[in-house]
Amino acid sequence: MNWGRLAPYFFISPWIAGLLLFTLGPLLFSLFISFFDWPIVGEKTFVGFSNYATMFTDDPLFWHSLWVTVKFAMLFVPLNIIMSLFLAILLNKKLKASSLFRTFFYVPSVISGVALAMIWGWVYNGEYGILNYFLSLAGIEGPDWLNNQKWALLAMVIASLWGQGTMMLIFLAGLKNIPKDLYEAAEIDGAGKVYCFFKITLPLLTPTLLFNLITTIISAFQQLTLALVLTGGGPLGSTYFYAMYVYENAFKYFKMGYSSANAWIMFLIVLFLTMLVFKSSSAWVYYENEVKNSK
Amino acid sequence: MKSKRLIRSGTLYIVLVFLSLLFLAPFFWMVTTALKSPDELYMFPPKWFPSSWQFENFGKAWNSQPFNTFLMNSVIVTFLTTIGQIVSSTLIAYGFARFKFKGRDFLFMVLLATMMIPWEVTMIPQYMEFNYFGWINTLKPLIVPAWFGAPFYIFLLRQFIMSIPKELDEAARMDGANSFQIYYRIHLPLMWPIIVLIGVFNFLSSWNDYLGPLIFLNDQSKYTLTLGLAQFNGMYDVNMEGIMAVTFLISLPPLILFFFAQKYIVNGVSSTGFK
Repeated sequence: MNWGRLAPYFFISPWIAGLLLFTLGPLLFSLFISFFDWPIVGEKTFVGFSNYATMFTDDPLFWHSLWVTVKFAMLFVPLNIIMSLFLAILLNKKLKASSLFRTFFYVPSVISGVALAMIWGWVYNGEYGILNYFLSLAGIEGPDWLNNQKWALLAMVIASLWGQGTMMLIFLAGLKNIPKDLYEAAEIDGAGKVYCFFKITLPLLTPTLLFNLITTIISAFQQLTLALVLTGGGPLGSTYFYAMYVYENAFKYFKMGYSSANAWIMFLIVLFLTMLVFKSSSAWVYYENEVKNSK
Repeated sequence: MKSKRLIRSGTLYIVLVFLSLLFLAPFFWMVTTALKSPDELYMFPPKWFPSSWQFENFGKAWNSQPFNTFLMNSVIVTFLTTIGQIVSSTLIAYGFARFKFKGRDFLFMVLLATMMIPWEVTMIPQYMEFNYFGWINTLKPLIVPAWFGAPFYIFLLRQFIMSIPKELDEAARMDGANSFQIYYRIHLPLMWPIIVLIGVFNFLSSWNDYLGPLIFLNDQSKYTLTLGLAQFNGMYDVNMEGIMAVTFLISLPPLILFFFAQKYIVNGVSSTGFK
């Protein structure tokens, strides 16, 4: 046997083993158990597609949690993209202190989700929290954020935005890669700031935008820690995310088969959305070599 | 012209300072709350600075639960996963970057694709698997998978290794080095900056992890710091100053680490190839 031929497999073998043991194996097994009624103690019984049928026709919590998650994503995804792009553009300006500000904006991202939840729980406190204090300075009487059905989800969105500095860094990296001479050439042609932004910055940033859009959508659908620690899904289910529905079916009600079916539906939704974004990307993402070729 | 530029950068500074305050105010609020006495805690309008600094809050809150044990568990998990990630991810990345073999490109596509699988899908079978191994309520489910590499780190390292000149490998091979020696003596030392980056990322994700410990651990003696902190929520005899004190203490190691490693984080993100 030729050792040289086997060497590469030796190097990647930990990954292959991990793939089978912790990813691909569990993924397929999850599909398998989704066709069973499987309480954690006791016998499993084959039920065919009944778990999936129940979810769609006979489980209001499924639709409710899905709707909560969609509402969250519709707020969180655009806000997150706009905010991190805006911060990145500010930090990309030539300033002596920009690395200091970059640190300030990134700091919340290194903190644990549980710690973030604890801090925000106190900030949102209806009686003594600083958020309502600031609102009171403007003459507004703030709600009891986390105990108010109308405001709890928005509170989740704000708290999530706070810990998203990585996206800002990725945008910043993208901005730094845009050749400076493009702007100089445009300026000579008498182009204004707005024109430059829409004709140079934005098009050349679209690959970065695509990446950030996809990861934000995925993270919006997996949002769990904040709700688990802060609200437990309340008040009145207003922050009962889909991920929490999956989690509770598995580890609170011990319906392993049913919960696996839930998880697969989530997987398919995320996959569908990602494909959709990818498919649409050919219409709006520009790659540098394309630009060069078209010149 | 000059004054116009001055006004412009002045405005920029004002905007940045204002935004920084928005980002830092919750932290500041956490720290000052941690140092307040109970009667100053519940005041409206809130007091920004305590009139007497209660440093004993930290000790009291820390000792209200077995946080020393939680700290120990967190340190063990974080340390062992970080070592594991570095060893395995560098080996795997080297394999993908430096060899031509059957199925390599396909396997690499699979590796990238697995980054998209939501954890929720594999969580239940993984739980059953670890239960079968007898690992539930031990730290093993949190540690062992890290020794099999993580796609994102492998991806980063592979990109980096591909930028190392192949002539180095060939020269070493002429001197009689085998593949493993080339990895160990040539590539590993060169990979240092990315290894630091991976170490930092892994430290943060492992130290901050909540769902893993929540699902795999039941017994308080096995809890990690995040679980201990979350447990505060359900308790009646703990005050907000205690919760904020522990939140601060738990956040301290990531903050310190970030302070020293931010250069690597920023450069690392820039080198991932988002052009």
